[in-house]
This record gives sequence, structure tokens and C-alpha cells, in this order.
Amino acid sequence: MLTLTINDVDLEVDVPDDMPLLWVLRDVLGMTGTKYGCGIAQCGVCTVHMNGNAVRSCVLPVSEAAGNKITTIEAIGKTALGKRVQQAWLEHEVVQCGYCQSGQIMAAVALLEKVPDVDDADIDLGMAGNMCRCCTYTRIRGAIKSVAKA
Amino acid sequence: MNKNSSAPVSPERRRMLKASGVALGGLLIATWLPPMVPKSFAIQRLEEEPEDHELQPPTALGAFLRVGHNGHITLISPKIEMGQGVQTGFAMMIAEELEVPLSQVSVAEAPPNPELYSDSILNFQATGGSASTRSNWEPLREAAAAARIMLIQAAANQWQVSAADCRAENGQVIGPGDRRLGYGEVVAAAAELTVPENVPLKKPEDFKIIGKPAQRLDTPSKVDGSAKFTIDLHVPGMKIASARACPVVGGTLVAVDESRARAVPGVVEVIKLDNAVAVIGDHMWAAIKGLEALEESVEWDFGAHGGIDQAQIEQALRDAFERDGAIANDVGDIDKALDGAESKIEAEYEMPFLAHSPLEPMTCVAQVRADACELWVGTQAPVFARQAAAKASGMPAEKVIIHNQWIGGAFGRRLETDFITQATAIAKQVDYPIKLVWTREEDTTHDLYRPHYIDRFAAALDADGMPIGWSQTIVGASVLARFAPDAVPPNGLDSDAVENSANPLYPLSNLRVRYVPEAPKAILNSWWRGVGPLHGAYVVESFVDELAYAAKQDPVDYRLKLLGDQHPRAQAVLRLAAEKANWRQPLPDGRGRGVAVQEVFGSYLATVVELQIDANNGVRIKRLICVADCGIVTNPTSVHSQLEGGTLFGLSAALYNEITVKNGRVEQSNYNDYRQLRISDAPPVEVFVVPSTEAPGGIGEAGTAMIAPALMNAMHAATGKRFRRLPLARAGFHVI
Ligand code: FES
Ligand code: FES
Repeated sequence: MLTLTINDVDLEVDVPDDMPLLWVLRDVLGMTGTKYGCGIAQCGVCTVHMNGNAVRSCVLPVSEAAGNKITTIEAIGKTALGKRVQQAWLEHEVVQCGYCQSGQIMAAVALLEKVPDVDDADIDLGMAGNMCRCCTYTRIRGAIKSVAKA
Repeated sequence: MNKNSSAPVSPERRRMLKASGVALGGLLIATWLPPMVPKSFAIQRLEEEPEDHELQPPTALGAFLRVGHNGHITLISPKIEMGQGVQTGFAMMIAEELEVPLSQVSVAEAPPNPELYSDSILNFQATGGSASTRSNWEPLREAAAAARIMLIQAAANQWQVSAADCRAENGQVIGPGDRRLGYGEVVAAAAELTVPENVPLKKPEDFKIIGKPAQRLDTPSKVDGSAKFTIDLHVPGMKIASARACPVVGGTLVAVDESRARAVPGVVEVIKLDNAVAVIGDHMWAAIKGLEALEESVEWDFGAHGGIDQAQIEQALRDAFERDGAIANDVGDIDKALDGAESKIEAEYEMPFLAHSPLEPMTCVAQVRADACELWVGTQAPVFARQAAAKASGMPAEKVIIHNQWIGGAFGRRLETDFITQATAIAKQVDYPIKLVWTREEDTTHDLYRPHYIDRFAAALDADGMPIGWSQTIVGASVLARFAPDAVPPNGLDSDAVENSANPLYPLSNLRVRYVPEAPKAILNSWWRGVGPLHGAYVVESFVDELAYAAKQDPVDYRLKLLGDQHPRAQAVLRLAAEKANWRQPLPDGRGRGVAVQEVFGSYLATVVELQIDANNGVRIKRLICVADCGIVTNPTSVHSQLEGGTLFGLSAALYNEITVKNGRVEQSNYNDYRQLRISDAPPVEVFVVPSTEAPGGIGEAGTAMIAPALMNAMHAATGKRFRRLPLARAGFHVI
């Protein structure tokens, strides 16, 4: 039994230690906002926060997540910054198919948390791990900048 | 019927309404239906009412439109949402003619029913070909306008006034003396009226909703993680399956030692299929670990294609040039023109196999029960999905229920049904529902790929370097021949393979276009975003650019000259693109601009790329301009988004992507070796949409089709060298 702290709630799970957090979230806890895309830390659709840092949950063994504060897309809107980023995503009409956008938003919030006045180079660096096959990049950039400026 | 229905519909009435729908050419305005939970949202309903499993035959329950007793409008969308914004666009059309605010419209997915939902351009029920807006622009508005007339008439009857003295506004009928009745209050009476024919539609100048930027209806749930894609669904009792198919097309499973997978914690079942092995687990991790455990013991019969390499495939394509193939167009006398020409130019272009690689891998929830086969799956082709499931389950098609779902990227991949067949075959072997989820590796290696094309051109030029004519031979797999063999004439001419080539934008007095189909071994080919125009625009716009340089003329001026007085809309977008790109302004060494202009999917586009090359073959795209005339625009936001995203989607492939085969197996497997464009590589896309009152053109694939020629022409402008084979990475360039 492991105890996970997800979105400020303690949850007990009985799963193999090496099981990636992604599958615990999705298939054990039913929190499907965090997506699967590659399983090898290449695409970023599985991004969650661990103690405020963006991490790829597809390669994070659940045993390493235990004891840390995990935040997912389902709760990011409860923070002021998270809400603003989600709002900016809607105002800039970023979303196309939407599949990558949970991960994009989680990555953007972590980036803005660290670098509130992001420039293009910060965005390139902070967001390059998050692919969007619909290629909504122009709008992602615009939305992040609008939050930075606000 | 849904049990929440307050007014059950008798079978007779159902039949009558269906008949009236057919009489109206596929339109059915089913104002009789009470508000109901659309079946496509059945997943929530199943969770709430787990016992509610009664079979609902997939007959037409109101083709396009339902007006509820609470006045709420439900659009039954014949097209699935996969990021293109189509359902919001449709809702806008409905809201416009029905005089309701957009917020009063919600969307449900159409069931498979070719009689009602076949696309008038594609000739089958599917979302693709950038056809959705083009084919539904009139029918949907007519349906809504007819409903409005009926609602007004019903209110007028109740008030005993003339309908001419009443009007509709904001979901209400307003009569003399400012009397008002909500749509919900008159819908029952309206349903008794005859559906009017030849309904007048609003004039564009009266549009209140169409043409104004509107927020997409589906986006709020896609920014808070609550949106459900197929991969996110859960039905009671469901387990997770993942599969590994024989790595070689046509191969079969011989034997596998199941015990190793069964020893993995969480593994529930190992399923053997003809050409694959699947592991069912309590969660995806168990399924993945189970498949890994089987890896060593699994024995395949690779069949006929286990020894095929990329070089053999390409050689077979080159050999095909010797065959006659089919003539797609033959104007004037091109042989004579070539013989007598002042000069000649020849060129060969090559485009690779491409995987679709949507971020949501292939996934399908399936349950095969004694009474039905039920599927929850995001599909672009629900009728084909139903056929595939019927075949795999052994059930008649009437007993297959398809709940279409939002799609996490398709790009043509979800027109295919291989993964639906597989999910059904697995589900048939167990007595609980399964959710099949492919790993990324399975998705990349078991795709049906964009054909590898080789094109050869020869142009006859006059003394000014203008073409007297050209010949073009296209070699590549016929997607149509595999996908819809009936649509191909006996000579094998695939209309998709010769798009933008058989009838080029530029008028030519001598032209011969020949197509030689050659289906490669060991690889299956399918529709890929941009389809025919993606190929045709690349080769024609590359070749015209070569002619312009050979004639020592400016590529924009040369194209305008070649167009003569033809295609004013093409000329207008080309001129505007040149203006926006500062085309006439000279660039320093190491920089170049490239242009392309074509008519694609009924829209006119011109794309300009400006790039810079450093000493180490690093390429930086400085500007990317896309000008479109796509006729009347429903939702400007969606049009801009599609042009931005579609252009970059095409850029990603043109820069990096190429699928290759070794020993009959696809060599690429995941995003580490099948690289995609990232934000750090993505230039801003400057989109300009020309105001137009022409009928709407397609937009979802238009930008994608235009970028490769503009990019490669810019490479030539910057380096003086022609790179004729995609992707650019092959020539040793990388993006900085
Ligand atoms: S699924 Fe984790 S990075 Fe792709
Ligand atoms: S919006 Fe479709 S993958 Fe990003």
C-alpha cells in the first residue's frame, strides 16, 4: 500500500511499485484528464506537477510519487494562476482536438510559476517537451504571454 | 427509447417521420422528440443507470435537429469533432436560421445511417476530405429554417393570427401585440405540421451569428481535463487491453507462451488473434507489462513480406514508370510540343510514407453480448465501423451499436477500422467490455501510411521560358483502390492521386498526365490529412517554381503570367501573399522566400515561407504567411486556427517525417525516432483570410497541402539548390 497526495487528498493505492503514476491516475483512480501519448517522456501529454514542478507521469514510478504533493489538471483551476492560464487558453481559442491541452496547461502553469515574465526563449525551453499534433503552438505562445503580461 | 422520455413515440409515427425525412432528401426535422440524453453521451448515463442496456436500433431518431419541450435545440451532427471546430460551425448555422442564441444549442453525434448522413461530396458517411462545411452548409440551414417556419406557424395557429404577422427571435415566436411563446411551448403543435419545402434562407448581410468569431462549444471541458475521449471512457466491468500484431503486414500468430504474461500482477487474460496477441489487464500497465513478458516467446509466421526493404519498395515504384498506367488528362499534343520545343526541363519529385501519429493512439471500447455488440469509439466513418464490428463479432449490423466520441487527433487515421475489428475480436472472447488501447509503438508501426509518391515531369518551353505544355507521370499506391474499390474505374485511375495534377491551376495547351498505381509490399496506404492536394500541390508548385527560375523570372510574376486571365481568386491570394511577405524586398545572402498557390478543397490558398540558413545547414523559418479565400466563413476563429495548425502540421512532415521499411517492418516506433514539430521549431503563422461571398470551401486540410512546396521553393531561393525529395531532413538540414 502506498499513500499518494493528489490534489491535496491522501489516497491509498495497492499497485506495483514500478507502475507509472500515469496509469495509477487514469486506470486506478479514474482521473483521466492526464493523458497517454508516448510512454517515454517525449510528448508531454501526461504532465502533472510534483511539488510544483512539471513532471512526465508516464515515466514516474508511483513509489517515487508517494510522499510528494501531486497536482493534476483536474485541480489546477483551483489555483489563481491555474485559473488564469485556463482562461487565457479559452480566450485565445488555443484548443483544437484538445488531447494535448491538459499537459500544455500543466507545463505552462509550472513555467509561469517560475518565470512570471516569460519571453519567447523561456517558452521555447519550458514548453518544448509538450507536443501538439494539431500544432496549436502559435496560440499557446500567445496565451502564455498574455498571462505573463497581465 | 430513453426512459426519461415524457412522450413516447409510437412505431408508426417514427416510420412516418423517417419517411418524411427521406422525402426531403435526407432532411428530417424531428421536432417531435422530447429532450433526451443523446446516446453518444451514454457513458455518463451508463454510470448513472448501469442497468440501462436496452438495445436501441440505430435508426434515424431525427436526422439533424431536435427541439425539446424546454426549447433546447440539439444538433445531431453528421460530422465528428476532432479539433477542426466543425460542430461549433454547424451549431452556428442552426442557431442562425432558427433564431436562437448559440448557447441554446448542444450537439449529439449522429449514429451510423448512410441514408441520412452520407456526405454529398464524399458519397459515404464520414468526416474527411475537408468536406463537412461544404456539404452541410445548405442542408443544415434549410433544416433549421424549416423548423423555424413550423414553430412560427404553430404559434400563429394558437393565437389565430397570420404567420406573416409573427417572427422568431431569441428562441421565441413573437406575434401581434408582443405576444410571445417559447419554442418549447409550441414544439408539440409544430410537429403536427407539414414540413415546408423550398424554404428561403437568410441572406449573408442578415447573418447575426455566421461570420462572427464564436467560442467553440467543446473547449471549456478540454482545458479542465473533464472532456472524455475514447481512451478516457469507462463502462461498468470494463478491463483494459493492449495488443501486439505481427510486425509484418500479412503475417500470422503461430504460438505464444501465455504463462509469462499471466504471471504479471494485474493481468487477467491473454487473447490470441489470427495476426496478434492481446493482453487484458486491470489497468494499462498490466497490459503493457504482459505484452513485454510475451515478447520472447511469441512466434510469428511473417508471411510473404518478411524480407522486404525500403530499397525494394522504391525500386518497384521506379519500375512502375515503365507501365502504361491510366491517362488522367490528355490535351493537345505533348509529344510534338516536347519534340519541337526551344528548351525542355525535366524533374523528379519524391514524397515518403507518413504515419498519422495522432496523440490519442488507436483506442476502442467494445462489448460483445448475446443481444448486441456495443462500441464506444471515435471514428471518422461510423458506417464502416459498424460493418467492421459486425464482421468481427458475427452479429448482424442492426445489432451493432456505435457511440461516436470526440477524437484526440485523427488526420485521416480514424477513417480506417482495423483497430475496431481488433477490439471487437478481443471483446468477443470475453464476457465483459474491454477498452483496447494501442501503445505508441503499436500505433506507429501498424498505421496505414500516406503513399510514397514519385512524380516525373517534362516541360516544353518557348523562347521566353513559358511552358507550351508538360507531361507528368505519377507513381504511387492507390488509396482509393484499397478503401473504396468501386470508386475506381477499370483502368485504375485514382481521382485522388491525380488531384491538382490532372487539371492543373495553370492553363496549358498541351498536357498529358498519367497515373501508374503501384501498391507497395509490406505496407498499407491510406488517407492522410491533405490527401490528393497534398501530393498534387507539392509537385506542381515545385515544378512551376523550377520553370520560373529557369526562365530567370520572379516566381510570383511567372505564376501570374501563367495564370493569364484565369482564376482571379488564385491571383488575388497570390498578390496579397506577396504583399504581406514584402516579396519584392531583396534579402541578404543565406535567406530566401518561396511561394505556392493552388486551389485546394474548393478554397484558394497562397503560402509564402521566408527562411534563413546558417553555415551548419541550420534552417530558421523567419516568416510563414498563409492567405486564403475560402468563401463564406462560418466561424472566423476556426478558420484561422485550422490554417495555422494545418500549415504547421504539414511543415512538421515536410521537415522531418519519413516512414521506412526494413525486413518487412516499419523502422520508426515512437516520437524519439519519428520526430514532430515542437513549439521551439514552430514559426508564427500569419494568416490572412480574404472576405468572400462565394460558397464555403474546405479549410481543415488546405493549409497542410500548401506548405511543403513553399518551404522547398524557399530552400532553393536561399541555397540555389533544388531539393526534390521530402522530407528536408534527408538533405542534411535541421531546424534551429
Ligand atoms: S505520455 Fe508521458 S511524455 Fe508522452
Ligand atoms: S490540440 Fe490536438 S494534439 Fe494538441
